[in-house]
Amino acid sequence: MSAFAESEAKETFVLNLGPQHPATHGVLRVKLTMDGEYIVEAEPVLGYIHRMHEKMGENRTWAQFLPNTGRMDYLHALAFNHGYVSVVERAAGIEVPERAEYLRVITSELNRVSSHLLWFGAFILDLGGFSPLLYAFDDREHILDLLESVTGSRLTYCYFRFGGVYNDIDGDFVVGARAFIKRLRGRMPMYHNLVTKNIILMKRLREVGPISAEMCRKYGATGPVCRGSGINFDVRKHEPYSIYPEMDFEVPVYEQCDSMARYMVRMDEIEQSLRIVEQALDKLPEGPVMADKVPKIIKPPKGDYYHAVETARGSFGVRVVSDGSNTPYRLKLRSPTYSNLSLYGEACQGMLLPDALALMGSLDLVIPEIDR
Amino acid sequence: MYVDPEIIRLLAFLIGVIAFAALNAAYLVWLERKEAAHIQRRIGPKEVGPFGLFQPLVDGIKLMTKQLIVPAGVDPVLFKIAPILVMVPAIMSFVTIPFSDTLVARNLDIGLLAIFAFASVNVLGLLLGAWGSRNKYAVISAARVVSQNVAYEIPMLVTVVTLVMISGTMNLSKIVGLQMGGFWHWNIFNFSASPLMPVAFLIFFVCMLAETNRAPFDMAEAESELVAGAFTEYSGMGFGVFFMGEYANIVIGASVATILFLGGWDCPFGLFPGVHWFLIKMYFLIFTVIWIRWTYPRTTFYGLLNLSWKILIPISFVNLILTSAMLKVF
Repeated sequence: MSAFAESEAKETFVLNLGPQHPATHGVLRVKLTMDGEYIVEAEPVLGYIHRMHEKMGENRTWAQFLPNTGRMDYLHALAFNHGYVSVVERAAGIEVPERAEYLRVITSELNRVSSHLLWFGAFILDLGGFSPLLYAFDDREHILDLLESVTGSRLTYCYFRFGGVYNDIDGDFVVGARAFIKRLRGRMPMYHNLVTKNIILMKRLREVGPISAEMCRKYGATGPVCRGSGINFDVRKHEPYSIYPEMDFEVPVYEQCDSMARYMVRMDEIEQSLRIVEQALDKLPEGPVMADKVPKIIKPPKGDYYHAVETARGSFGVRVVSDGSNTPYRLKLRSPTYSNLSLYGEACQGMLLPDALALMGSLDLVIPEIDR
Repeated sequence: MYVDPEIIRLLAFLIGVIAFAALNAAYLVWLERKEAAHIQRRIGPKEVGPFGLFQPLVDGIKLMTKQLIVPAGVDPVLFKIAPILVMVPAIMSFVTIPFSDTLVARNLDIGLLAIFAFASVNVLGLLLGAWGSRNKYAVISAARVVSQNVAYEIPMLVTVVTLVMISGTMNLSKIVGLQMGGFWHWNIFNFSASPLMPVAFLIFFVCMLAETNRAPFDMAEAESELVAGAFTEYSGMGFGVFFMGEYANIVIGASVATILFLGGWDCPFGLFPGVHWFLIKMYFLIFTVIWIRWTYPRTTFYGLLNLSWKILIPISFVNLILTSAMLKVF
């Protein structure tokens, strides 16, 4: 098909995909140079919902920035919480009680499952299948109920605090979480029968949208995108933080580099996250959920600190520079989908429009996190 | 004053056909929403009237009271004429469809040909509307519609030719008449004509899905790719008429499939044939069409063309040759 796009008599036109387009899931605009239905060049244009989160961080105290993190990746807000509190704890030298770390892992893994479920539904919607979206939302609803009972909110969580978490879980949560794990395990075969084994879906995803390992390295793609290209990299395993080293889980890696590989990575990750939650619930120690001696006003010593966590979409890194005052001197966020999107222009050259949109869906873009 | 009863009969049929088409278009939307809802474990429309039965009326009023925006830069004539070009041929096709042995507006000897002639105007309407609305998504959609319809008309017509060879007539009433007397007489099970008849029915059904731009072949209105495809610039009743035309075409397609393969108004057990059997079969096919839409994702465009050129057309030709050979031998 690329031979067609490179044919000599080029009569191209520009197609503005977005910022209001059903397939971009937000206000992403992609400027496509098209030759018929083949894409010659794709240029993502950002900036439609830029809110200057990083600059905001320099203008407020360390703790005041915490709610902002949940507003970037609204689908996996708890991982963003985790990244920010971890870097501040590292900077200020705050010890977190073990129970709090367990709660962090339990809630953020449940949040990861909810993020993957929503992606699953939205991705099939991109491919023109409507019903799986509502099935996935049905399951996701249970997670939102669980997380609401403990964090108090359903989407933009701000549950973690410097030195622990804000609320302890109760028996109902444990029972509910176990029931949910059982329920979702029972539903996964249905998803695979209904969607994964569907011949139309297979034809649309297999060998479509190749992203090579080399391309992942070049653009810094992380998360399921790089794991679908055969790169075994997961921050939880390779730069372990929190209690992940104590957990027994696998990192699903697929070598095919196509959209189907990225799809399968995420579907397998749901099961791995459920395993982590199950183990953490089993091992959950007693104790406080907040450290004792956390100062009211945090003033980390002078220095440069970095901490990365694995979100549903890849590696999220926070770098803070402290000058010893009660506000960060500099805050820099490394969000996963920004890097994942940057390879889009190269990856979709010569592709057909529907395939390019399938590729875009398989990247699992969350625009407020790219445009923060 | 003497009025020819034939004229009164035709007038009654005209009103009846238009009412049937409009009512079907309205209530198939309701059926689609209800069925989709139950497939997706929702309830669907339920507020307006019992079981949401008045929902289509309210939707119709909403569409009709909305402003009919004609965007700057479109070709105003083509833009306005296109929805009508989709709707009118669909209604005209109803004229030749025999709902029962007596309930037919015009029993034409070339009824089958007339229906396919009218059906191909539908593509023209979509093409003109999309081309006239001066929108890139619409133009892509138009190109898809035309090549899709060209690709799928061939296996469809080859299958129909097979049927005409078996029946020896293009008169729809006579085609049904030859299938009377129980389901083993229907063309779908007519193994003495060709062992491939159930396959021929499948080919016809798939082509019907593609011709009416229904999922998984809804290339024209691929909303996650082309926003709304050919209908992107249409608002209010302009869009509404397109929509009604689409449903009317589904009714036509299901009716023709019923007549050609499922024995029309014949009862499967040879008892009490009548219009009710025709409607049961037709609505069952429509139900299946909707069922498919809410189960399968969309194919890609080249996948769709490959299916037609590499699978459906060869099989339908094999069936044609096989049928003609068997007719000659037996």
